[in-house]
Amino acid sequence: MTATATAAETVRGRGGRRLVDRVARVRELGIVVALAALFGVTGAVNLSFLSYASLRDILLNSAIIALLAVGQTLVVITRNVDLSVSSVVGLAAFGGALVLADNPGVPIPVVIAGCVLLGAVCGAVNGLLVGVAKVPALVATLGTLYAFRGIDYAWAGGRQVNAADMPEGFLALGTSSVLGVPLLALVALVVLLVVGWMLRNLRSGRELYAIGSNPEAAVLAGIRVRRRIVAAFVANGALAGLAGVMWAARFGTVDATVATGKELDVIAAVVVGGVAIFGGSGTVYGAALGALLLSSITSALAVLRVDALAQTAINGALLIAAIVLDRVLALRVAAALRRRSREAPPPVPGPERGKAAASTATEPASRGEAE
Amino acid sequence: MTTRSPWRPVALLAGLVLLTAACGGGTTRSDVAAQQSSAPATAASASANPNAPLKQGLKIAFLPKQVNNPYFTIADEGGITAAKEFGGEGKEVGPSDASASSQVSYINTLIQQRQDAIVIAANDPNAVVPALKQAMAAGVKVVSFDSDTAPDGRHVFVNQAGAEDLGRTQVQLLAEQLGHKGKIAVLSATPNATNQNTWIEFMKDELSKPEYKDMELVKVAYGNDDDQKSFTETQGLLRSYPDLAGIISPTTVGIAAAARYLSESPSKGKVKLTGLGTPNQLRKFVKDGTIEAFELWNPADLGYLASYAAAALASGQITGAEGEKFKAGKLGEYTVGANGEVLLGKPTVFNKDNIDDFDF
Repeated sequence: MTATATAAETVRGRGGRRLVDRVARVRELGIVVALAALFGVTGAVNLSFLSYASLRDILLNSAIIALLAVGQTLVVITRNVDLSVSSVVGLAAFGGALVLADNPGVPIPVVIAGCVLLGAVCGAVNGLLVGVAKVPALVATLGTLYAFRGIDYAWAGGRQVNAADMPEGFLALGTSSVLGVPLLALVALVVLLVVGWMLRNLRSGRELYAIGSNPEAAVLAGIRVRRRIVAAFVANGALAGLAGVMWAARFGTVDATVATGKELDVIAAVVVGGVAIFGGSGTVYGAALGALLLSSITSALAVLRVDALAQTAINGALLIAAIVLDRVLALRVAAALRRRSREAPPPVPGPERGKAAASTATEPASRGEAE
Repeated sequence: MTTRSPWRPVALLAGLVLLTAACGGGTTRSDVAAQQSSAPATAASASANPNAPLKQGLKIAFLPKQVNNPYFTIADEGGITAAKEFGGEGKEVGPSDASASSQVSYINTLIQQRQDAIVIAANDPNAVVPALKQAMAAGVKVVSFDSDTAPDGRHVFVNQAGAEDLGRTQVQLLAEQLGHKGKIAVLSATPNATNQNTWIEFMKDELSKPEYKDMELVKVAYGNDDDQKSFTETQGLLRSYPDLAGIISPTTVGIAAAARYLSESPSKGKVKLTGLGTPNQLRKFVKDGTIEAFELWNPADLGYLASYAAAALASGQITGAEGEKFKAGKLGEYTVGANGEVLLGKPTVFNKDNIDDFDF
């Protein structure tokens, strides 16, 4: 979907803007090209990688991480980060599974809503710490990463909820398909499209970019920064809660360690997807593609019979490559901006990084105009 | 200066640890001080009194690989139950991550608390040995269970089942289901998991026998004991070996993920799955036909036996030398084997006929 969106973009006349557009296009096109290459090479070695069943598995594998990456993007765009998502997933997965196992009569939609609410509450804690108490996001969410997991441990007390304990109807959610597409992937896709639309078209969405581009300027522009940051964390928490239910439905075996360490996979997906870790730029489509790419790589390495020990190293190398690309592009944008400001003065005050981020922030808006 | 400063706290810490270890040895009761000399090197020569009664009020600490792992919760509960039976006091402490370094700090704390015995499932066979040696020097009896340490780091190892038994019986289980024919794969835990690697070696050895000439082990995949990764690896196995006949997964996380995947795939019932899992975890998959049979020892019995072994050590009934005997409550009498090993027994095979008799 992103490929068509970027293809529809028209190239602008002025130098700086044209470069910004081109860079933006390269960023997401890069992932699409990488995906195509991955599927091409793996498919050439083993044709069954391209079979319907295999593609379905890959969609299913990436659905949960993609959902989390969409949520994380909301937070990262505001120049923050949420490390606690994996613990929120664990808490919601265990909570949902436990309720279903102990009270089989509870309707499934109620359980799902409860998990989303639980996630939103966790997100609100993060949001208040970061937005109101002004604790740096890295520190605050590192703290809640442990705190939420600790609550999970204490709650579980070593208990495990097994597939046989959960109602069949709930487990079916993790495996059923609608028109051949796995239900979980459809959920992730709907969330992706809704959040993507909101970020591009709603004032609240645009303001998230503005906050991440230049927090001081956002305050001066009258944006309610605190409220927006809390909202971003709450939304991310709610999506993590939803991901938790999906996790329980999909794997069927849930204990307190569910999703441990997945926060790094999520951030990797976001960064690979071209969302700048310093905020102000990137799209949820890129992040979702990043998640798809990372889980496709894992699947491909398994199919290609690559040595198990090398797989982690390859994932890490790709992550570094993505971050280096991000930095190089940011520098190029900064250079282009300097060139433009020489042509038409009033220069934007602040550090170069801020300028680069500020200009990329206008990129989705320009795309909106282009369509 | 900046490069040197980190060593200061380390040196200080090391000093403190030595100090506490020394104090522990110096201030303990005289009988414990006497046992101090019976630390591993001299263990065999120290005298054991098989008729000594089990002491009352023994403090036994269970240090699992990680807390919140259901398997260890069950094992440690079994051990704590045993401690109650012989009038002792059992408790479970441990890290929430399965790392050797965090176990070391727990061992140090337990030494300071003057526990009578530590029952540990080691996250690394060597990394915990120095700390355990300090514990033994301070008079604490050390029993390893589930995952052994190097022999000089403990008095007795309570082995859940012989590695050889486990490796061979899993191949036998699968071979019966396949009629001794077809390609098979192994879905293991991490590539450096000691237990799994030992079992896999015995699986390969079993497969080299003539009756398995039509079976071929095509791949050992590693799911890292992670649901998602085990899922993906199972998918990868089915894609890269379309004619795969069976999978052995000697890890509880791996077999559950593989079962969940197979139960919803067209390969259900065609690709046979067996390995090590708990009955509660796999009940659904045995009943729906994804799994015919799998096996495991009873983890509660494992903890129970380890607890009695610790009590027997702390009461002077045994020292960890080969041939010594002790009684383990409802499980009966056990004999210490070579290298201080005590063997729990053969694994139990679970299938749809008996799975409802077990709840763990």
